[in-house]
This record gives sequence, structure tokens and C-alpha cells, in this order.
Amino acid sequence: MDGGQALIRALENEGVDLLFGLPGGAILPVYDPLIDSSIRHVLVRHEQGAGHMASGYAHATGRPGVMMVTSGPGATNVVTALCDAHLDSVPMVCITGQVPVGAIGTDAFQECDTTGITMSVTKHNFLVTEAQDIPRVVKEAFHIATTGRPGPVLVDIPKDIVDPGNPASAMEWSDDIEMDLPGYDPDTGVDASDIATAADMIRSAERPVLYVGGGILKARAAEVLRQLAELTGIHVVTTLMARGAFPDSHDLCLGMPGMHGNFTAVTAMQEADLLVALGARFDDRVTGRLDGFAPDARVVHVDIDSAELGKVRRADVAIQGDCRVAIEALIADLQANGLGDADRGAWRSRISGWQERFPLAYEAWEPGQALKPQYVIERLRDLSPDDTIVASGVGQHQMWASQYWRFDHPYTWINSGGLGTMGYSIPAAIGAKAGMPDRTVWAVDGDGCFQMTAQELVTATVEGFPIKVALFNNSYLGMVRQWQEMFYDERYSEVFLSKDVPDYKMWAQSMGCEAMRVDDPDEIDDAITKANGIDDRPVVIDFRVMAEEKVYPMVPAGATNSDLVVPPSQADLSR
Amino acid sequence: MNVAGPDYRYHTLVVTVENKSGVLARVAGLFARRGFNIESLAVAPTDDDRFSRLTIVVDLESAPLEQVVKQLDKLVNVVEIRELHPGSAVERELMIVTVEAEPDRRDELVEQLDRAGGKVLSVGADRMMLSLVGPPKRIDEFEDLLRPFGIVELQRTGRVALPVLDEDA
Repeated sequence: MDGGQALIRALENEGVDLLFGLPGGAILPVYDPLIDSSIRHVLVRHEQGAGHMASGYAHATGRPGVMMVTSGPGATNVVTALCDAHLDSVPMVCITGQVPVGAIGTDAFQECDTTGITMSVTKHNFLVTEAQDIPRVVKEAFHIATTGRPGPVLVDIPKDIVDPGNPASAMEWSDDIEMDLPGYDPDTGVDASDIATAADMIRSAERPVLYVGGGILKARAAEVLRQLAELTGIHVVTTLMARGAFPDSHDLCLGMPGMHGNFTAVTAMQEADLLVALGARFDDRVTGRLDGFAPDARVVHVDIDSAELGKVRRADVAIQGDCRVAIEALIADLQANGLGDADRGAWRSRISGWQERFPLAYEAWEPGQALKPQYVIERLRDLSPDDTIVASGVGQHQMWASQYWRFDHPYTWINSGGLGTMGYSIPAAIGAKAGMPDRTVWAVDGDGCFQMTAQELVTATVEGFPIKVALFNNSYLGMVRQWQEMFYDERYSEVFLSKDVPDYKMWAQSMGCEAMRVDDPDEIDDAITKANGIDDRPVVIDFRVMAEEKVYPMVPAGATNSDLVVPPSQADLSR
Repeated sequence: MNVAGPDYRYHTLVVTVENKSGVLARVAGLFARRGFNIESLAVAPTDDDRFSRLTIVVDLESAPLEQVVKQLDKLVNVVEIRELHPGSAVERELMIVTVEAEPDRRDELVEQLDRAGGKVLSVGADRMMLSLVGPPKRIDEFEDLLRPFGIVELQRTGRVALPVLDEDA
């Protein structure tokens, strides 16, 4: 067997069914045995698209997303997607071609120092120099990507060790593959005495909040989270990475906290006497100015990555371990030793008072205006199946989607949280659709984002992934425009795109999509209903939305969460 | 977890890593991108050729020790990290130095060297090359002593360290 065949076989052994990629010189020999493989390859139009597709696939299915690209520019084009996955802890494996071992370091054609470049944006990476090592390294790569805190792993493969014409590619396959990772031992168990202390703190807290992050989804812990919340009656906030981890329709759900979180979620955290952080990392977009964040709260922090414990906010009890294991242990303790008798009546009525006075709100549409983007999200939400997967780009549309959608199922919200990668939504939606072909998948995108990765709609059409794109076209880089309006005296610098160039409808049609344009609120429902009925090709709806619309609430940069700016209609209400 | 306490600015970590290419770059890259400062770094293979040992002296003013250790521990190639409290570590450093040594000052120089426990490695017409092994503080002091003679070239290894032996070890 040669190294190329071994690589494909090793991927098959890992259960890979889909591979997102684009061939080139250095990876050519691996594309030949791929023809005879059970693995389906999805040919992308730009390698960044392959990376975000792998990410969307991983988010939606829980299985690692896999991509394969060539050396040099192929590798550099996936760097953004790797960094994105690294910050959002997405399990992915990326195979990159490399110039032959002997040519490494000579500035050969399409050579770049791929492992050097990606060292800081992957959980780990490998440069394989012997064909014989390929099966072991592939096994190690999948193990590292999917265990502990998940993340992207890159495997760089020089051409000569996979090229059957080269003696260096000769290897002997063995089914008995032993990993050699003496420094990698992800610990998932939890310390029993820490659990007992945390349970005591929960029992005595009068103003507790469960602060839930993306780690809950990675740990497949949504069900036990719900049990914990219902057992204790403690309210839950779900961060941008955790939308759907706890049902928005649940009485105990307060929604999203943070810079554009809703008033109640932000304020409940701010006023809490106990934050139980579960798979969350006190990101600056959640905490606002750190020295003013949740000043009275004691903190129980559960994370599988011990480096997150105490990194940003000191934890009174730091529990290193898998969220599901920790929550199960907390439930067991609370069931065995009682729930305590802390009086939370006043806290509950404060929360319901906030919810009543400060719901998410926007001003009603008036004739002559472009569409209200929040209203478009509401209609998309109400007219699409309950378990629709939403993949978002980055910017205002992302915040509105997170705020106004109602997520009642885990793994239905896919977005770029940590890196904030514009252009994420279309390829991520394709990856999600590839992994979950029976589900409706909507990409919620902005016009700035759309222009960064729209070419992957060609991939969607040709490869048969009928995603739907709701394009929130306000002809601006809207979030930047909002900041310039609010904090730079309405001096708009380089944020205007163009309303009519490109013609999104024609562009979408040219890529094989059904395309519509909606300017009138009365046409919104028909367009969405029509799109939801199309399942043989992608659909793009160009929604012409208001450029002046802003995302509220908002914590200005550098302010504490107590200084949350509410929509103008709520500005005079007492807090 | 910061056992060094407020009195110590530096802390020594003895880090066992896999002896693979690129591992030093991973460690150095981690320090650089997280804003941790390295005061001193020494690297050498161990008695087991699968592993190398790094002795890293970390500047605690740049980052809490706990974060440094936890981030290091996340590197897949890092096998073991031992924190050496400055008070309970045996630390050594080697210095080799070429100094101006006119014949009339040579006796004085050799006397200082003997008192410090150093060695003469090489003698030239007007210069001598010396070596000294010792705790970093003693090396610092000896370096100061040599300065009036005129230091031509000086190289220090950075410190290596092991924990103090228990009495019953």
C-alpha cells in the first residue's frame, strides 16, 4: 500500500463520510485513491469555504468536520477557518498537501510553512515525514480534535510520501494502530468535594443564574442542563455560542447575555449573587468592563479546559471536567442532600419585572421605510420548521438572528462567535445541510458577508445542498455603521457598499439558485413560504432592510453591563 | 496556586517535552502570543532520548504562574511540568567568559576565580578564558567582579534546576 491509499483508508476508519476540499499539485496523489473510496468529496470553490463547511458540519452533527486542501495557497486559505474553529472549539481535521520532504525549506513552488503558520490557530498540528506514520497520525489527529476541549487539528503531508511513483510512499498497513501521545491525556472526571461545595453554594444562593456557554453543546449536556434548571428552578442565560442549549420557550430561559444580550439576561447576571458558569469562558463580549461585571456574584466555574478556570474571573469553586459529568454530579448531590431553603421569591419577581418592562423591542415599520430586519427574522422563524438550522454571518444580522429567533433545540444555531468571521454563514450552512440533509437550513447573511463567500452557492447547487439564504441587504457594513453613528458622531467612514451592485438576484440566479427580492413587508411571508417549499436547489432572498436600524440593547465598548443602552422606547423606564 | 508568593519575581518551571522537531517553537510561540515573558531558557535531551527537558524561568510580572502552567500543559507535546519554588530548587548555571588579563593583574584574577570556585579554561598573552558553575546569583556576583578587569566576551547558559532532595531520599 502507498501513503495516499493509507491516508484515505485511515480517514475511512475514522468514520469520515464527507470530505470538503479542493485539489492541487502537492495533494494530487491523495485525490487519486479518493475516487475508489466510500468517502464523498465536496468540491468547494475556495478553501476557506471548505473550512467553514467542515465547521458547520461539525456543529450540526457533533462529528468532526474534515477538509483537504493543497500546499501553499491552499493551506493559507484555510487559516481563517482554522482560527475560527480554534476559538469556537469546533472539532475538525484538516489535511494539507506539502512539497516533498526533500524540498521543504527551499522555497519550493507552492511551499509554505503550514505547521508554523497554523501552530497558534490549531489545537495541534503534525508534519508527517514517513508514509508509515500516516495511519497513526490520522488516528491521533481525530483523537485530539474530538476529546477534551475540541478543536481543529491539521495534518501536513509531503507529496513524496503519498505519491505511488516515489519509493518513499511505500508502507505496510496494519489494523493495529497505537497512538503515541505521552503528553495528551484529557481529563473529564470531576472532583467530588468541589461538586459538594458548588452544590452548597447553589443551595444558599438567593439570586443564582446558570451562565451557559458553548461547552454545554460540546458536552452533549443540554438534557441534563434542563434537569438541573428544573430541579433547582434557577434561571438560565445562553451565550451566543450556546443558543439552543436551553429552550428559549422555557419559563426559566432568560435568553442571550452580553453586549447585545437582552436586558433581563444581562441584568440578572449583573445582580446575581451566584453565577454557575457551565462551559462558558467569561468572554469580553459577555462581561463588558470586567471590573464592573457581576460585582456581587460568587462564581462556580465548570470547564473541561482548566486554563479557562480563573483566566478572566476568579472562581470561588473551579471544577475542571466535562460539563455533563459535572451537571450530573450536581444533580445527584442536590437530590441527595436537598435543595436548601434560600428565599428566591424577591429575585423571581425582579426578573419577571425586568422581562415585562424590557423585552426585546424595535419600532414599528412605517410606510416608505425599507424592511425592519427584526421583523424579517420573526417571520422567518414563524414560517420555518421548528427544528430549522440557522447559520449566521457576523454583524447586525447575526445579533438580530440570535435575539429574535426562538431556539428550542440544541444544534440549531451555528455561528462564528469567537473570531467573528464575516462570510461564515453560507459555507457553514452548506456543511450543516450536508450533515443533516433532511433539515431545513437557513443562512442568515448580511450583504457585506455575502460578498465574501457567496461563491460557495455554486458548490451548493452543483453538489446538491439546497440551503436557503436570507440576505439582509442594507447596503452597509451595518455593525460598523452603527458604531460610527453612535460613537463617531455619525461620521461614516468606508461602510457604504451599494444597494444595487452587485445585483444579488442575478448573481444568485447565475449560481443556479432560485432568487427573489423583497422590498415590501407584505411580500415577506410569500417569499419565505416559497423558499421553504423549494428543495431542489438553493434559494436566495434579497431582503432590502433599513440601514438606520440599530441593534439594541447594547453595552458600549469599555462600559460595564450596568450601563446597558436600551432601545429609545424604553429609555425612560425605571430599572 | 502561585506558591512563589509576592517575594519572588521569577519562578522556575522544569518542563518535560517530547523530543520532536518544532516543540521548542511551540513553547516559545505560546509564551509570545500569550504575553508571558521568559527570563531564562535552557534545553537539553534527557536520559530518555524520547524526551527533552526545558528549564524555563518565568517572569511572574507578565502573567500569573497558574495561567502559564495551564497553557503550557495544553500543548500536546508537553509531557510533564514541575514547578520549582525558588526556595526549594537547586539551580545551576554555567558561565564562560574571556577577560582582559595583563600579566601584572593575573594573580589577582586567579585569586578571585579560586575563591568563586571557577576554572581557567585557556590562557592567552593578554587574556584568559574562565568558567564558573554555580547558582545564578553567584554567577551574577562573579560577573560584577570581573567587570573592572574588562570583559571581552561572555556567555551564560541560562539556568537548569532540580528540586532539592528530601532528607530521606
